[in-house]
Amino acid sequence: MKKQIVIAVTALNAIDSPGPGVAVIRAIRDCKDFDVKIIGLSYEALEPGLYMHDLVDKTYQIPYPSGGTDSLYARLLYIHEQEKLDLIIPNFDAELYNFIKLRDKLNELGIRTFLPELNQFEARDKMKLFEFGQKHGFLVPEDKILHELRELKKMEDDLEYPIVVKGKFYDAVIARSYDQAEKAFLKIMAKWGLPIIMQEFIKGTEINIAALGDGEGNAISIIPMRKLYITDKGKAWAGITLEDDKLVELARKFIETTRWRGGCELEVMLTDDGKPYIMEVNPRFPAWIYLTAGAGQNQPASLVKMAMGEKVEPFKTYEVGKIFIRYAWDLITDIKEFQLISGNGEL
Amino acid sequence: MRIRKNIAVSDEGFLFNPATGDSFSTNGIGSEIISLLKQDKSTSEIIEEISKNYDVDRLLLERDLEEFTGLLKDYSILE
Amino acid sequence: MEKKRYERPTLRKMNTGLMNKFGTKTENEPVTHIESVSVKGLLKEYGSPLFVISEKQIRRNFQNASRIFKTRYPKVQFAWSYKTNYLDAVCQIFHQEGSWAEVVSGFEYDKAQRNGVPGNQIIFNGPDKTDEQLVTAAKNNSLIHIDHYDELYALIRLSEEHKLRPRVAIRINMDTGIYPKWDRFGFNFENGQAWNALTRILNSPNLDLVGLHCHIGTFMLSPNAYATAARNLCELAWSVKERYGKILQYLDLGGGFPSTNTLKGAYLPGTDTVPSLDQFADAITDVILGYGFSQDELPLLILESGRALIDDAGYLLGTVLATKRLSDGRRATILDFGLNTLFTSLWYEHKVSPAQPMGQQTEEMVLYGPLCMNIDIVRESIVMPLLEKGNQLVVHQVGAYNMTQWMQFITLRPNIVLIDTDNNTHIIRKAETMEYIDSLEEIPQHLK
Repeated sequence: MKKQIVIAVTALNAIDSPGPGVAVIRAIRDCKDFDVKIIGLSYEALEPGLYMHDLVDKTYQIPYPSGGTDSLYARLLYIHEQEKLDLIIPNFDAELYNFIKLRDKLNELGIRTFLPELNQFEARDKMKLFEFGQKHGFLVPEDKILHELRELKKMEDDLEYPIVVKGKFYDAVIARSYDQAEKAFLKIMAKWGLPIIMQEFIKGTEINIAALGDGEGNAISIIPMRKLYITDKGKAWAGITLEDDKLVELARKFIETTRWRGGCELEVMLTDDGKPYIMEVNPRFPAWIYLTAGAGQNQPASLVKMAMGEKVEPFKTYEVGKIFIRYAWDLITDIKEFQLISGNGEL
Repeated sequence: MRIRKNIAVSDEGFLFNPATGDSFSTNGIGSEIISLLKQDKSTSEIIEEISKNYDVDRLLLERDLEEFTGLLKDYSILE
Repeated sequence: MEKKRYERPTLRKMNTGLMNKFGTKTENEPVTHIESVSVKGLLKEYGSPLFVISEKQIRRNFQNASRIFKTRYPKVQFAWSYKTNYLDAVCQIFHQEGSWAEVVSGFEYDKAQRNGVPGNQIIFNGPDKTDEQLVTAAKNNSLIHIDHYDELYALIRLSEEHKLRPRVAIRINMDTGIYPKWDRFGFNFENGQAWNALTRILNSPNLDLVGLHCHIGTFMLSPNAYATAARNLCELAWSVKERYGKILQYLDLGGGFPSTNTLKGAYLPGTDTVPSLDQFADAITDVILGYGFSQDELPLLILESGRALIDDAGYLLGTVLATKRLSDGRRATILDFGLNTLFTSLWYEHKVSPAQPMGQQTEEMVLYGPLCMNIDIVRESIVMPLLEKGNQLVVHQVGAYNMTQWMQFITLRPNIVLIDTDNNTHIIRKAETMEYIDSLEEIPQHLK
């Protein structure tokens, strides 16, 4: 009989702008090489994943990332006592810092993770991406980081309109003049605070690449995808796998230079003359990760194997032209379940 | 002062108001007070009952009860 | 039959999007003792609120910082930043440990002298130095760090008039890649102002240029910025040596190292994100050691660290005055200390612990001070056990700036107690009295 692996997964918010958790679980369950028990870790009581009992065996609420590592550790310790966790796969940007910091302490408990190093994680931060690209020879749009509105005029010496005005955590607006840039600056500042990132606008086709690194410089899997349709929030609604050696090579080089461990998503802009610019690097699986399983390179399952100490050979082929179409589904549950998770923190 | 009839209170201390869809959680002492309210006990009877079982100053209990029932009214759990 | 332990009845609406309460247990471990002294006993003996300073912790901090820098660099000198906490007892602990004094006003200069610090171990910083103070400092052989041209020319004039040769350095401001740029103090590096000022000093027979100073900001979170600062100071020192044949005695990198307090608006707590002192030390010493000075020309490295050495040695103890429910349903807890006593609550999310064991239930609340002012808030949102009137609390990491920036507003400032290394307690500043306040006031005859 196969040994059961107990895996905790976060980001069960499979809503209109979804977290990757449910897709990660689905991919893991697809793999028949192991038997798993899935423990959901949730921040809110209404994350849909925790009511999907055929995917998630049991869910625990965990403290918000802003609570810091001490309270997260205490909560994980409690969960570990109940469930004997083998592996945790965190999937939210905002929580990764804490999980990376706790990696060694979790390891001592026998809980594995498969995460990038802190310096890798920080090097691809939005605020440092340009520096990162320069250092390693990647095409990255030029940017200026502004700490006050006064600096906007000065920025015009360095960047040409149109520019992309971006918040520290989220939001991006294209501005074609000083007036538009000022307006976007103020709007984003009100929402996410300072600084504001002013980024060179790159025209082209947006491509997303899901990649998995083994931490030793090898890319285990690389799947490029183009969005076919997006929601009004700019999230993929449908997408298709592509065949493009240049894109695969770019992701391979990224994994190799950073010696990336774990999953990541490169947001790439392919210009009309064929130059791939890295626009952003997300340090975790994307929400559309189930497509990698559909195309023949099950990235979450491979991550589980590597985390459990198995040697995994890089995939060689994947199916081009595989499409995912996301859909909404109304799950029916009872008030009792909501009360349990929100009152007791367990479901 | 009466608890609305259709308010559901579970053993675990959860309240559900079917008229509004709101859920609430309360602690042990809150559950006891609510069940006494359900039995149509008056404020002084509730104070009597609670102070029999708990180590509490009567004035403090009165003050806390006042605030608690205020909250129940605000949330339309008490009529 | 024994009666059950009472706690206030609670009712919590199960909203989504509200802070969930799981994992707040560690935050609310009761803190019943500071060092080994009971919080309850301290409040009973010295009144509430009460500042408590741990001598043991100050010495631990100093010795740790000293070790960190001295294991990396051969010549290191700390100078205690008086403005951070100039209680005489606190200053004396630092002086006993070997700290010089770093002062920024005539008042602080006098305090350092009264504390017995030799004149040549007082660093006189800041933009506000009177002629009289400059002459005194020069006579005492103190290190005068010049802030602006007016001061430079005043010093040239005074040293001629009084036949003095003061030991001077200039404060240099620069772009270290951090924001905000502190360009209001000192002479600018990038535009050549600093070099011009140095040239002027080197051409003045009555001024003895001995060092260079910078202080790039406060609560700095980037060790890289210090590397930049150190590099710029080295560059200037090197130019002075090349063009004037003069070897500067010291580089003063100032202070600004953070404590592990959590800044308001920070997403993650300070205990997880603030770089360690080792990282700052690496950044600074790697640059100076690698710059090319020969072993005997290596400048003395002066550090004016304040906050990082004292913040976690200070506690504020206080008492719950009342609890109430706000019109929007939120719980409010009113404490006997507020912004007047805990000035740093303006920029930190201070950690607050209950001082007695409490039940498992917690609730989200606002912590208000006792002032009749709307801005008097200690924490805008904190999850704590069900507090009642009379419960006691401990606020952590309050050693820096509170005891110098506090306000005497509608009440009197409280006692400050030191717990010494043998856990004995001593009042080191008495609670203010009506007589103390009155003694400064005078009433004109026609108002009597």
